[in-house]
Amino acid sequence: MADAAVFELEHVTASRGGRRVLHDVSLRIGPGTTAILGPSGSGKSTLLRLLNRLADPDEGVVRFHGTDLRELDVLELRRRACLVPQLPAPLPGTVADNVAYGPRLVHRAADVERALARAGLDPAYAERDADELSVGEQQRVMLARALALEPEALLLDEPTSALDDEARTGVERTLAELAETVAAVVLVTHDRDQAERLASRIVVVEEGRVRG
Amino acid sequence: MSAQVTLGEVAATLALVAIAAAVSLWRRAELERDIGLAVLRSFLQLTAVGYVIQAIFEADDLWLVAALLAGMVLFGAFTARSRARAVPRAFGPLLLALGAAAAITLGLVLALGVFEAEPRFLVPVGGMVIGNAMTAAAVALDRLADEVAASRRQIEATLALGATARQAAAGIVTRSLRSGMIPLVDSTKTTGVVFFPGTMVGMLVAGADPVDAVRLQLILLWSLLGSVALSSVIAVSLAQRRFFTPAHQLIEPAEPGAR
Repeated sequence: MADAAVFELEHVTASRGGRRVLHDVSLRIGPGTTAILGPSGSGKSTLLRLLNRLADPDEGVVRFHGTDLRELDVLELRRRACLVPQLPAPLPGTVADNVAYGPRLVHRAADVERALARAGLDPAYAERDADELSVGEQQRVMLARALALEPEALLLDEPTSALDDEARTGVERTLAELAETVAAVVLVTHDRDQAERLASRIVVVEEGRVRG
Repeated sequence: MSAQVTLGEVAATLALVAIAAAVSLWRRAELERDIGLAVLRSFLQLTAVGYVIQAIFEADDLWLVAALLAGMVLFGAFTARSRARAVPRAFGPLLLALGAAAAITLGLVLALGVFEAEPRFLVPVGGMVIGNAMTAAAVALDRLADEVAASRRQIEATLALGATARQAAAGIVTRSLRSGMIPLVDSTKTTGVVFFPGTMVGMLVAGADPVDAVRLQLILLWSLLGSVALSSVIAVSLAQRRFFTPAHQLIEPAEPGAR
């Protein structure tokens, strides 16, 4: 199969909170940065959660490199396609504890310094208490935590929505740099300008359907 | 009052219940109905169980004892489930937790020769073991549900890094286990200083030697520590799975009003 699609959704219908939020969505997501753009409640976060099986569709098929997600080891999938949540949720402990968490689950050593650098954080952050950082810094820790797993795909759920303008600009710069080393980035955002700044392709989701 | 207790003496203590009801009325705590129900239920249940125990003592049949304890486990699991309503399908984990806690605790005290296998030991001790195990398991599961609800973002963020459901819930399982065990650990610490435990009070009132009363009380408290730990850990470990799918997904909470 000469198929460059990283993710593929085929006639996907999905619900959240007992409410149908995606209706018959078919979509191919290739390498590079793809923005999923839509207003809040449009179903774009749900779409992102389907890609690493934090949720499953009611109907339809989701594929990763051509394989139905249900045929993959779900834990392995989540290490290959890593999701960074909208709001930082650091684990108790230092930044280094947080960054090393994922690799440690599979008994791998983590290159904490490299992950921090890729996420735009100075190595001096490693020993700081993750709870005491600003939201912007915590969001970068979340990013570093995902990058420590060396994922093929990064799934970003409104990564700058909790940040002020200055922090947002910084995180955007980091994301632009990451796009060069991570095979596929899927960025969920409600900000069209951000989508245009960062993504090579924009998918618009409105009321649970893909437009255009 | 002697070891023989008359109904008149029992009725007289209703004066204290009246104080409780009066306080509730006065401060509008709206507990009068519950207090009334508690008094009525305690009277009926204890009277009924008194007759059952009397019959079992007279029959002197260990199978009957086992059946009675099994009934207590069943009733305890129902009661605990109603307190831990936010845990989906909690009955199975609770039944196993109470059953295992009772079987292992009683089995051990018998095997160690602490008590003889006679109804007059097994029935009251079993009742205490199951009652405490029930309270601990209910508190632990209630806390578990609260923790899951409060930590959804944290749990999902951890799952998203490839953690299993068990790994993602490890912290909240520990906290829930602690909240199930802490009340008994604390009351064991302060026993004899801040309060006199019931068994000791009962034995002293009945005219037993204080040294014997103290020793029996220690045996019971220490046995209860074991049973409370067992029931909490079993209930929490089994119930924790109810919040996740086999694909390590956190299940969405049931819609309010969907039931």
